[in-house]
Amino acid sequence: MQIRVNERSWTVNAAPDTPLLYVLMNELQLQGPRFGCGLAQCGSCSVLVNGVEARSCVTPVSAIEGKSVTTLEGLPAFYAAQKKLVKAPALHPVQQAMIDEQAVQCGYCFNGMIIKSSELLSKTPKPTDVQIRTAMNGHLCRCGTYPRIMKAIQRASRLMAGGAA
Amino acid sequence: MIRRDFLKAGGALVVGFSLRDKLLAQERGSSPGPPDARQVDTWLAIHSDNTATVYIGFAELGQGASTALLQIAAEELDLDMSQIKTVRLDTNVTPNQGGTYSSASINRGGPQVRTAAAEARQALLKLASARLNTGAAALTIAKGVVTGGGKSVSYGELVGDKPFNVTFTGTAPVKPTTEYKIVGTKFPRNDTPAKVSAQYTYMQYVRVPGMLHGRVVRPRGQRMYGAGAKITSVDESSIRAIAGARVLRKGDFLGVVAENEWDAIRAAQQLKVTWETPPALPGNAGLYDHMRAAKTEDSIVLERGNIATGMGAGAHTVSQICRGPYHAHAPFGPNCAIADVSADAVLVMCSTQDVYGTRNSLSRLLGMPAEKIRVQYYEGSGTYGHSCYDDAAQAAALLSQLAGKPVRLQFMRWDEHGWDNYGPAHVGECKAAADASGKIVAYEYEGWQHGWSNTETSAQLTGTPTAEWPGAGVQGVNRLTCGGMYDIPNLQLVNHKLPVTAYLKGGWLRSPLDLSFAFASEQAIDQLAYLTGIDPYDFRKRNMTDARWLGVLNAVAQAAQWMPGKAAANLSKANVVTGRGIGVGTHLTSYGAAVAEIEVNKATGRVVAKHMYGAIDAGQVVNPGFVESQITGQLVQTCSRMFKEEVKFDQTGVTSLDWASYPILRFDECPEVTPVVVQRLDQRSTGAGEEVMAAAAAAIANAFFDATGVRMQEFPLTPARVIAALGRNRTA
Repeated sequence: MQIRVNERSWTVNAAPDTPLLYVLMNELQLQGPRFGCGLAQCGSCSVLVNGVEARSCVTPVSAIEGKSVTTLEGLPAFYAAQKKLVKAPALHPVQQAMIDEQAVQCGYCFNGMIIKSSELLSKTPKPTDVQIRTAMNGHLCRCGTYPRIMKAIQRASRLMAGGAA
Repeated sequence: MIRRDFLKAGGALVVGFSLRDKLLAQERGSSPGPPDARQVDTWLAIHSDNTATVYIGFAELGQGASTALLQIAAEELDLDMSQIKTVRLDTNVTPNQGGTYSSASINRGGPQVRTAAAEARQALLKLASARLNTGAAALTIAKGVVTGGGKSVSYGELVGDKPFNVTFTGTAPVKPTTEYKIVGTKFPRNDTPAKVSAQYTYMQYVRVPGMLHGRVVRPRGQRMYGAGAKITSVDESSIRAIAGARVLRKGDFLGVVAENEWDAIRAAQQLKVTWETPPALPGNAGLYDHMRAAKTEDSIVLERGNIATGMGAGAHTVSQICRGPYHAHAPFGPNCAIADVSADAVLVMCSTQDVYGTRNSLSRLLGMPAEKIRVQYYEGSGTYGHSCYDDAAQAAALLSQLAGKPVRLQFMRWDEHGWDNYGPAHVGECKAAADASGKIVAYEYEGWQHGWSNTETSAQLTGTPTAEWPGAGVQGVNRLTCGGMYDIPNLQLVNHKLPVTAYLKGGWLRSPLDLSFAFASEQAIDQLAYLTGIDPYDFRKRNMTDARWLGVLNAVAQAAQWMPGKAAANLSKANVVTGRGIGVGTHLTSYGAAVAEIEVNKATGRVVAKHMYGAIDAGQVVNPGFVESQITGQLVQTCSRMFKEEVKFDQTGVTSLDWASYPILRFDECPEVTPVVVQRLDQRSTGAGEEVMAAAAAAIANAFFDATGVRMQEFPLTPARVIAALGRNRTA
């Protein structure tokens, strides 16, 4: 089977019903999408499928044939394409903002947090507090980093608008 | 032979070292540890490029402690943070500083790292003095370059990857705190850039050549701890359709392995197993009555004055009950381990908080001497205590031994949620009395709970008898959180220890039992303030003389702009009401105080924290940014535990096996938070990873009273429980 991940075509051997997550982890050897629950409850495995956040732990690999998957690894390039930038930045503004706010504790949930907030900001460049909470509500964090993540999303919004953070 | 050739597996999933690190590791890793703690070389190495490696025996648990310990070493050595790094915990490489628990990293580890670095600095000064032909007193050091008599020499030139061969006496002078440049500053975490950009290899992403994927097969949800789980029959034909999956069994320990991970997952789910009916548990409904009725081992933890006389002398007396549930660690990524077990050597990679402790438990399990076992630490997700990391290491080792190949064992969500070492349930009763002027004259706390299990599930299933974790102190009533911050002339703390085997598996969970203790204790104190007509902040101040308790209490009240007033003075008939509460508490070290501002919807029973304030005095704070981050996490996690979390179980076993049946706090109910660090550079560093949770739990309970005039006796404060409590109060 051929799949398209981070703007590259890959031939994979997995059975069609294999959840995309295990293909990304074991065949493509990516470590952005993370195993958290296998039940689409926590959001640690999130990827973008044609720019829309999806839970790779319950998405059969066969369901993404002909579609374009972006993982955390490919997010800066995806952002550059969205923004028509000549060169991809080292980090998506959300990633940079997470560093600036020192939002991370263990960091395991941050794959999903970054993927989801990049999707939010691409649709809603200047989200309100309520819009952030609503968009992010399906993503869990056990360390309690929500307050700093919310600050980082606001900071990324300012970065993306070209303003000083 | 230990397979050390885990190099190029392709892509990012590589366990590798740079050439220099590899050479050093060969030297250091060639024999089983722990290395000799009395040698400076055990603690640090200076390289030719004028950088240093510090060998630290504490695990990075996502709290920043590894960066903070490097700050301490860089400060003593006069190096920049860019010149210093640490290495992976490894029983062949890093010293044994004990486990990374009880807020130990900075508390216990800081002084060791500091004095080792100071000792190295003295040795380097001596070498430089000879080289530069200048007295040590006339030398200055900056960024690892020693200058004196118009000449300079770098650490790298002096030592350059050669051993110091200097004894670690622990007597070298340390830098005065007034000269600190790195300690006490908000240096950013060294792991964050890799963690936000998929460059960080968590345990779940380590792969080794030739390994199989393994899964355990257990009943969904643990049963009574002492009974384990006994297999009646296994029907291997039920997974015949999954080519390549193998069933492995030792006693009642059952698992599957396959080359393909999805095959292993499907095989574990589809394998037909029947289990013996276990003995009946009390279940959630009968738990607290069962605990109060059980035969207990009783002890007096602390006694002062005469409790009966003291109670009799009070103008106001109160009695406050706490019923606190089992809580799960529920690390966000279920635990994972890789083991490679052969006849004469074992390598285990896992997320243990104590590599040497895990080595010992593997030694017992496999019947091999500890010296033949090498344990390496890879960070998983935040664990907050004794989650299933040891069990994962054991299960991987058993599967590897049975399969004859390296095995990667990944727990599924239901394994981790269902077979955890839960923070034990607690029943507490606090009685207290105050005189008419608002002085606390008597205080009594009685607590009922069981201790922690000391036999991992994998070991238990292979026939190892159940055992209780040794050491009673931290498993019972806490003399600091239970009234320890107040000056009380007549006091008695009584512990009622329940049998560990008759309930669920227990283990230490961040700030063990303290949320329960504070829920009863600080509500009792708050009620005394109410009965004497005194503002709850003022009442606490009047009963404290310890400057550090007063310091955190004042700091949090100031941050919250606390306005004086009696609790529950503005009760309203509206459906949505607000309240504020204050509380103090800690775990084994440090001082914590918190203020909660909450909103209660009396119609729906929903309680939400709007703003949480938390202050910690942890002595000398090496990195205030990390402690602010820790306070933030603790305040949010405490809201989660007080409003949402409760392990569900029936007579057979645990039924809360995922995030739907064990909900935690989400973005929509996350409070605003204000962390406050009380910096005391002249005091010894103590823990900061768990010390404000008790205070925060207390503040929430007291805010509920302020909002409603009702004292809750049980948490979490779920809608059903809140509506029931408000209803009872209405009819009363």
